[in-house]
Amino acid sequence: MIVFKNVSKRYPDGYVALNNIDLTVESGQMVFLTGHSGAGKSTLLKLIAAIERPTSGTIAISGQNIAQLELGAIPYLRRKIGFIFQDHKLLFDRNVFDNVLLPLQISNFDSKTVASRVRAALDKVGLLKKEKAMPIALSGGERQRLCIARAVVHRPNILIADEPTGNLDVDYARDIMAMFTSFNQVGVTVLIATHDASLLEDTQHRILLLKQGKLAV
Amino acid sequence: MIRAWLTQHVFVFFLTLKRIISTPITSLLSVIVMGIALSLPTGVYLLMKNLQLASGQAASSPQMSIFLKKNIDNENIAKIKQHLEENTQIVSFQFISKEVALQRLQQSNGFTDITNTLERNPLPDAFIIHTVQGTAETLEQLRAEIQNWPEVEHVQFDSAWLERLHALLQLGRFVVLMLAILLSTAIIAIMFNTIRLQILTKQDEIEISKLIGATDSFIRRPFLYFGATEGLAGGATAWFIVTFAIESINHELVRLAELYSFEVHLQHLSTGDSISLLVFSAWLGWLGARLSVASHLWQIEPR
Repeated sequence: MIVFKNVSKRYPDGYVALNNIDLTVESGQMVFLTGHSGAGKSTLLKLIAAIERPTSGTIAISGQNIAQLELGAIPYLRRKIGFIFQDHKLLFDRNVFDNVLLPLQISNFDSKTVASRVRAALDKVGLLKKEKAMPIALSGGERQRLCIARAVVHRPNILIADEPTGNLDVDYARDIMAMFTSFNQVGVTVLIATHDASLLEDTQHRILLLKQGKLAV
Repeated sequence: MIRAWLTQHVFVFFLTLKRIISTPITSLLSVIVMGIALSLPTGVYLLMKNLQLASGQAASSPQMSIFLKKNIDNENIAKIKQHLEENTQIVSFQFISKEVALQRLQQSNGFTDITNTLERNPLPDAFIIHTVQGTAETLEQLRAEIQNWPEVEHVQFDSAWLERLHALLQLGRFVVLMLAILLSTAIIAIMFNTIRLQILTKQDEIEISKLIGATDSFIRRPFLYFGATEGLAGGATAWFIVTFAIESINHELVRLAELYSFEVHLQHLSTGDSISLLVFSAWLGWLGARLSVASHLWQIEPR
């Protein structure tokens, strides 16, 4: 469960990205976060993974306040979260397989099981046949799927996606949304930020609208 | 869990070797620079040690010569031996009879002709004693005490010379320390910069690893291995430079020794000193890397 209480984020230049947010996301929920660019969607997602710190308020994940989390504990929080970054953040000096391997290397997984785990994740996103390819050789949609594979390979409880269908055409976007739905069906809490209204048309999931740093439900 | 941890370390170690080999010229240059920097204090230290050895351990164990009066009989000599044994300030002593002394004089170069012309032995019986480490005053007291014994003609103990040597060795130690501090700082700075440049090329990897839950120690590890390995290689280079220098000097000393007919050659670094040098240089590399990564990681923590 993710609970925001009176959370505000003001950047050093004075810009207020989030203004007094109160929000509860139950475990296993799938939530869309929408609003214009600059409405604070990315900031809200980054606060959950302690990539940024709130200026005030508390954020609790499974009862743990992460607004004041000490630096040494942040890595262990992030290992419980799968984050799909807006700018992908792939490593272009290594192939598809090694990109997905990184989260497992980081959390000291036993080397016997890692290969099968990586292939399982690649299989889920349909990239199994491209494990030796370099990211530079992948299409936009494939890179997005590679990001998803890397975000789920360590089986996180929470999956966060920042504009996952950003530059993709409608068919690709539908594929990717279907993947998120299937992760959600096995109990993963999913938060997706998007400004793509077409994704939200026929969804039964919860939609949160951010306007100038405030929640307008 | 332990196996996974060990696998990680072995993996990182080989990754480090690969990184060093992948930039051979850069790596070689920094290793040589570190080697030269370390060889200076090590070399001076070794010269100091040799100087101390060459001065007949005078600095570590002061020596006095006791010359006895002429016409002393064996009974008196035995009495003196007993006195010397009873004195706690005296570590060891050696009796040199006048016959032995004359023999030694004949054997030493240049005196053969002179001694042959002597009608009788002009040399006295003597004791050479080694005393415990002490200040010039306590040793002077001991000298005066022995001088008062009725059988003793003269006690020779050059405390001024000893003090000068002490001061000289002290100065040498100070120079070694200064050099070691300065050049160690230089090595840390070199490694700091090397790692900083590496971090710049690995910035994406570091940032992404942090974002998906890497601990600082995970990110530091390859850089620390790199720093320690290059430091160790620098230490080994210094060892070879010093060893080569000592070998060359010894080679020259042989020629000098032939001309002056005395035997002298410089000692190499002991095993203990060699190990200390390697461990210390690896530690310096590690420290430089550690400081460099710490300053970078601090900049990318969430605010």
